[in-house]
Amino acid sequence: MKMLLVAEYRQKKLLENFTELVAFAGQYGSECAMFLVGDGAELPKFAGRLYLADVATFGEYNPDAHKRLLLDVVAKEQPEMIVFSHSSYGWDLAPRLAASLKAAQVSEVVAVDDGRLVVPACNAKLRRTVAGTGALTIATLQAGAFSLTDAAAGSPEVVSVKADGQGRVVLRGYEAAEHGGVDLTKSEVIVSAGRGVGKPENISLVAGLAKALGGEYGASRPVVDAQWVEHNRQVGTTGLTVSPKLYVACGISGAVQHLAGMKKSEFVVAINTDRDAPIGDVADVFAVADLKQLLPVLTEKLQAL
Amino acid sequence: MKLLVCIKQVPDMESKFKIDADGVWYDRGDLAWRMNEYDEYAVEQAVQVKEATGADLTVLCIGPEQVKETMKKALAMGCDRGAHIADDKSHLRDPFQIASLIAAFAQDKDFDLIFTGMQSQDRGSGQVGVMTAELLGLPAVTTIVGFALEGNTITVKRELEGGVKATVEATLPALVTCQLGLNTPRYPTLPNIMKAKKKELLTVAAADLSTADSLLKTVKLTFPEKKGGGVFLEGDVGEVADRLIRILKEKTSVLA
Repeated sequence: MKMLLVAEYRQKKLLENFTELVAFAGQYGSECAMFLVGDGAELPKFAGRLYLADVATFGEYNPDAHKRLLLDVVAKEQPEMIVFSHSSYGWDLAPRLAASLKAAQVSEVVAVDDGRLVVPACNAKLRRTVAGTGALTIATLQAGAFSLTDAAAGSPEVVSVKADGQGRVVLRGYEAAEHGGVDLTKSEVIVSAGRGVGKPENISLVAGLAKALGGEYGASRPVVDAQWVEHNRQVGTTGLTVSPKLYVACGISGAVQHLAGMKKSEFVVAINTDRDAPIGDVADVFAVADLKQLLPVLTEKLQAL
Repeated sequence: MKLLVCIKQVPDMESKFKIDADGVWYDRGDLAWRMNEYDEYAVEQAVQVKEATGADLTVLCIGPEQVKETMKKALAMGCDRGAHIADDKSHLRDPFQIASLIAAFAQDKDFDLIFTGMQSQDRGSGQVGVMTAELLGLPAVTTIVGFALEGNTITVKRELEGGVKATVEATLPALVTCQLGLNTPRYPTLPNIMKAKKKELLTVAAADLSTADSLLKTVKLTFPEKKGGGVFLEGDVGEVADRLIRILKEKTSVLA
């Protein structure tokens, strides 16, 4: 199968996630070309043709222009599959291209089953195996779902591309992540609160357990959005990526965005009343219990050790 | 100014899902239904723009008769009227078909701003909003966590990875897809729920709008394989706590 892989460049850097696209293509033994709006001084380690548009002209985020550039490359390469990362760049650009080309788009691919793409549904409680009905499929890959066993290698054969650089959406700048205070990435034990904590007063139960275990408390996105916990404690795609010795997920269902931030933890304990919650996929121990009852008892027993 | 907000009715994600007889979607019986969470932020933002500018706000929803319940919530939050695109097969349609329906409805109505959620909680494709904009020839910005309108220009914050945000501008007409945390969606008050019952709710048959073919087929729907190895602890909380502590002592070094 002939593939076109779309690499990303942001805040003056080539993003490493292009290696996941290469790993995915490897599953099909595909002949690949790559596309990048980037800087010729920093090229992806990739053995193949690289269609390169200059970021100085076409911008880091200029969807109209990037779509135009890609449409030209697609016309030249005639790929059967165009592959993006399921990232803020990929999920933004891929549907624009899919609508223009009337191609099927498959979002957030987590696996390949007999050549067919598998995606999550219903907060990862279900999986759909899907197939495009036409000659071209556009796929976005879930972060971390595919990885290379060896380091990326090779140097690309660069083909410079240009198009009309006009765009109706204009990037004005970036805002850095909020930092300061606690740094969860250095913590050996993290106890995190999810939506299942129910109300802000119960955060103290989670913080209490964290203290008894000599660690820090964190939270999933809904809890941070509700302003029950500060943003610098948010674990997940849009927050921190952590890999502590022990991660205790309290009332966290395990949305993929959260799992992406904590699945490299050495040991995972889930506390949840829903034994089908997807957090079970990464949990070493799953306590089927109401955290409001279990946490005070557990904390007291730990303090007594 | 004319605004459109597109919403979807989805099952509560805490539900115990079963696979339907055809094996391609979940069984729609015995589920509690609600507004897609992302769409609540879209409705709230649209209502805020309406309140600030006096704009006219339509809420659109595609699906069977039962989606009207979810539309009533949007009307109670402050939308002026509902447009129900009646379609008993909407759950089997791919994102391009759904976008084609919305675009066909919106085509001749000159909306200045269209709001959608960034994705649905059940299908999660994140495609419908952007494809709708493409079909209508509008600029689109995805995953917004900040929104400001001044004159004819919107300035939005896009959420990127690792807590970084991008500030982006576009000129109306435009479409934005809303991320969680964009605002604080209001709860409809009782008087507003009563008022919503009197608001216009028109129904259009999906087949009258678009008959675009499907680009994507679901081959099968399955439960993910459990990775295995995980131990379940159940029963009395005191015993669960004791067993958990024993496991932590054996398997980790954190209690050493």
